[in-house]
Amino acid sequence: MSTVSATRDPRQKARRIRWVLEVGWKYPLALAVVFFSAFPLVYVLSAALNPRGSLSASTGLFSAVALDNFVRLGGTSYWMWVGNTLLIGAITAVGAVVMGAAAAYAFSRFRFRGRRTSLTALLIVQMFPQTVAFIAVFLMLLALGEVVPVLGINSKIALICVYLGGALGANTFLMYGFMNTVPVEIDESAKIDGASHAQIFWQLIFPLVRPVLAVVGLLAFISAFGDFILAKIILTSEDNWTLAVGMYQWVSNQLASRWGLFAAGAVVASIPVLVLFMTLQRYVVGGLVSGAVKG
Amino acid sequence: MPADTARRSKRISQESHAQRWRGIGWGFLVKLALMALVNAFGLAVIVSAIGTESWIILGVSIVLLAAADIIYFTRRALPLKYLYPGLVFLLAFQVFTLGYTGYVAFTNYGTGHAGSMQQAVDAALIQSERRVENSPSYPLTVVERGGELGFAIVDDGTLRVGGPDDGLADAGSASGFGAPTEVPGWTLVPKGTLLTDPELQQRVAELRVPISDDPNDGSLRTRDGSSAAVYRSNLVWDEQAQTITDVDTGLVYEADHSRGLFVAPDGSRLLTGWIVGVGFDNYVRAFTDPALAGPLLQVTGWTFAFAVLTVFTSFALGLFLAIVYNDPRVRARRVLRTLFILPYAFPAFMSALLFRGMFNAEFGIVNDLFFFGADINWLGDPWLARFAVLWVNLWLSFPYWFLVCLGALQSLPGETIEAATIDGAGRWRRFRSIMLPLLLVSTAPLAISSFAFNFNNFTIIYMLTNGGPAFDANTARLGATDLLISAIYKISGVAGGTADYGLASALSIIVFIVIGAVSALAFRQTRKLEEIQ
Repeated sequence: MSTVSATRDPRQKARRIRWVLEVGWKYPLALAVVFFSAFPLVYVLSAALNPRGSLSASTGLFSAVALDNFVRLGGTSYWMWVGNTLLIGAITAVGAVVMGAAAAYAFSRFRFRGRRTSLTALLIVQMFPQTVAFIAVFLMLLALGEVVPVLGINSKIALICVYLGGALGANTFLMYGFMNTVPVEIDESAKIDGASHAQIFWQLIFPLVRPVLAVVGLLAFISAFGDFILAKIILTSEDNWTLAVGMYQWVSNQLASRWGLFAAGAVVASIPVLVLFMTLQRYVVGGLVSGAVKG
Repeated sequence: MPADTARRSKRISQESHAQRWRGIGWGFLVKLALMALVNAFGLAVIVSAIGTESWIILGVSIVLLAAADIIYFTRRALPLKYLYPGLVFLLAFQVFTLGYTGYVAFTNYGTGHAGSMQQAVDAALIQSERRVENSPSYPLTVVERGGELGFAIVDDGTLRVGGPDDGLADAGSASGFGAPTEVPGWTLVPKGTLLTDPELQQRVAELRVPISDDPNDGSLRTRDGSSAAVYRSNLVWDEQAQTITDVDTGLVYEADHSRGLFVAPDGSRLLTGWIVGVGFDNYVRAFTDPALAGPLLQVTGWTFAFAVLTVFTSFALGLFLAIVYNDPRVRARRVLRTLFILPYAFPAFMSALLFRGMFNAEFGIVNDLFFFGADINWLGDPWLARFAVLWVNLWLSFPYWFLVCLGALQSLPGETIEAATIDGAGRWRRFRSIMLPLLLVSTAPLAISSFAFNFNNFTIIYMLTNGGPAFDANTARLGATDLLISAIYKISGVAGGTADYGLASALSIIVFIVIGAVSALAFRQTRKLEEIQ
């Protein structure tokens, strides 16, 4: 704009100062914030690529670059933990979506006695975080394992069941709100055409509310992915660990020696999550916001 | 099973002629198959619960199975058909565990108090078992049934056989006087297998088979797997008097039903006790026991401080950045936005572990790069560790608030702010009196739920500092950055060591009350907002 000759022009100068005061300073600040938020991630990438793999050797950024750590992951239980985490997360996500959607459908479409009461009860139960009751969960699974070994301590199925226990409260309201926006007339016309309630639910409502299902599924997956306390208590043998439990074990005891492995593992595990998150962030944040406001 | 489902399907088709007329359809078949599975699983659980005498599980599974069959095979209860699966999980794994936490909080459940009184007596007697002097030894064969090991002996020409749970029982007359060579209902474990399998040897050496129902009779044990001897406890249980007498020392341990212990007059007590209700003892202990009350008070204080500070700092930073970069004159805002929210997309537990390494005093990159190799003990000093925890959580959660505030800012009514500008309100004035109140309407409930979340943010504390540095290196397990939830985790002993489920549950209840109060506040806030809208 001001390239011609107007550098001496006092109005141009004032404009420039105003620009610096109002907009210009935001760029150096942005640089600082980007450094603040990205530095740890750059560092973990550098540590992952550092072939010497110990914490002390990983201080210089990108001082050496090789894929040794990624290769060494193959010699550990890492990929087994990845499998466990994906399995547990996926089943939890699917279960949470189906159960939450069914409950939301019932609350949204049927008018039955005790409907308001049960909605309120659900809201109240949801207020109490499941993780704080971990002692009771532990003792209960001990007892349950005596009767049904697949539901005892050190069973992935048991962990999934525990996660699903928290699924209804957290997600029903989110889906309930969304389903209420689907016009009831759609159901009614389907009913006149002879559709059963199950057909309406699976073939009409389910596809229509797909966006919210995706959000709930993703949230359930992420919370299962990130959970530590329940997974730590329930999964006792190394074969059954999730990434959170396994990678903690690497770093807690042998901080110095297993650092490269940890960094490589973190890079591998976070890239899909990062990509997924970045593509879906709009929905995720929307989901978080509406979910939290409702709770 | 098939007969069962067939019967059911017949009943259904009788009930609904219209449905049958139109054909049964895939949906119905799928439902039938699923219900067959549910019934099979439910019946298996019921049978197993009877076998292990778990009466509560038996009752619950009968009720749940009956409810499932009733709900899905009647024409009524339509809403319940959709609510039932979620409800089962909710009731079993959330509502029940909440209630159970409340129950355990009023008991002495923990190490040394883990079962009924009868189990405590049995355990005490077993622990003090010695071989009876000059007792006969019996020719023995180790037997096996369904993975369970047992002993078979010949006693005066009678074959007796049994496992550790049921005890010995007569199994007919024996041929010969040597070790039994044929035991009906059991498989013999060959000597060769026993000699070559160390794990099996270990199991056999630990095996004890009660001679009769009376624990005072003692039990059979073996050292070599070929002969058994009677082991008897030097403790004698008198059920009428509710006492255990030590035959060697003559001490009489009396059952103390208020504490769930066997205590002798001289104050000594047996290690095994049983679960009893202790009223508010756990709560009283948490507040008065000098070894606990002090650290717990500090932990509670820090828990509140952490939750408030972490929400406040990340909210403030997020809001500030949102306001600054909501400016359409700034170029490349999309790129900046993506870069700003990177930490939020990085899994939280990995961030905590990553920072644990970065803050390492000796090798960490923070000291190395930003403090010129200084030896600052970030995670070893109480205040530095608290700072580090807050810093990491700020890093983790400011992007969330950035996104939330950005969304909220964009939905603010532009005219109001414009009007204020025209009226001569300065930038700060506009922010303070118009934008912030409007923003808070939509973000306050989020801040409250974020408070509730961070109040219990176990992962970051456990991964980053594990609660350390400890208050007292010698005794207390609690430390300067412990939150209530990580303190509960340490006290509970679910990870090994001495367990005190009662005390830990009592603390959990306190956390529930705090969280419940905070959430109730959030709930009311939401209500108010909905009324406004």
